[in-house]
Amino acid sequence: MRAAVIVFPGSNCDRDMAVALKSAGADVDMVWHKDAALPDGVDLVAVPGGFSFGDYLRCGAIAAKSPICKALVQHVERGGYALGVCNGFQVLTETGLLPGALMRNAGLKFVCKTVDLRVETSDCAFTEGYKAGDIIALPVAHHDGNYTVDPDTLARLEQDARIPFRYLQNTNGSVADIAGVLSENRRVLGMMPHPERAVDAGHGGTDGQALFRGIVAQLATA
Amino acid sequence: MKARVHVMLKNGVLDPQGEAVRHALGALGFEGVEGVRQGKVIELELADGTSEDTIRDMCEKLLANTVIESYRIEVL
Repeated sequence: MRAAVIVFPGSNCDRDMAVALKSAGADVDMVWHKDAALPDGVDLVAVPGGFSFGDYLRCGAIAAKSPICKALVQHVERGGYALGVCNGFQVLTETGLLPGALMRNAGLKFVCKTVDLRVETSDCAFTEGYKAGDIIALPVAHHDGNYTVDPDTLARLEQDARIPFRYLQNTNGSVADIAGVLSENRRVLGMMPHPERAVDAGHGGTDGQALFRGIVAQLATA
Repeated sequence: MKARVHVMLKNGVLDPQGEAVRHALGALGFEGVEGVRQGKVIELELADGTSEDTIRDMCEKLLANTVIESYRIEVL
């Protein structure tokens, strides 16, 4: 299974993302934002956390217009998988691959701590290693994680079980405690918490491992 | 030519920063500040003859996130 991790100026979770994917068994290529094409045979594109382009204009807005993101959109349109974490989630909403937007945290503070999440569905390649109802602990570190979406789209997300992760205690003002969102075909996941920062006992927790093992196993057999 | 683009959060989208400014104005003793909305102003220097449609395209594609923001174009 081949994964590509996009690197923007200002990305800072790209190497952690690569380590998490490799330790789950993926072959990983790092891809620069100016590249116009993904390496051949890529199954999963990971958009890492950080502060791409200094969060200028809006978080993720400039990154979403970079040459590699055109290739990312084409990859997803062909049915490819994508994972965006933190700033990567913001990039995926700015490209339009995921609905909604991420606004400044309701409390206006940068939130940096480990939070409990409830896994709401195991019906996607990213969460099939969990059981619906599992409580997992993952770190968050963001200033703009306040997920917002119009009421009609929210109703659709709820109805189609496209909200795989919710905060047990709302940390940023997100509507319906949403911590992560799936695309309609369930192959694109965006989430604010950092699973790649919870894959080794040295991280203080390993609750993110099942996500990477799940997606790698699923795509290895595909 | 110049144009100015005003980007504001849409009505109905809660503006946490505007709320914080409102509270701060109240703390300074200004009474009757019932609401504050914070937005951005973007000034563009453009080739003469750039159409408003082109500027609108810039807003739709980059300058505003129309999921949460509205924009107004002012040609100067």
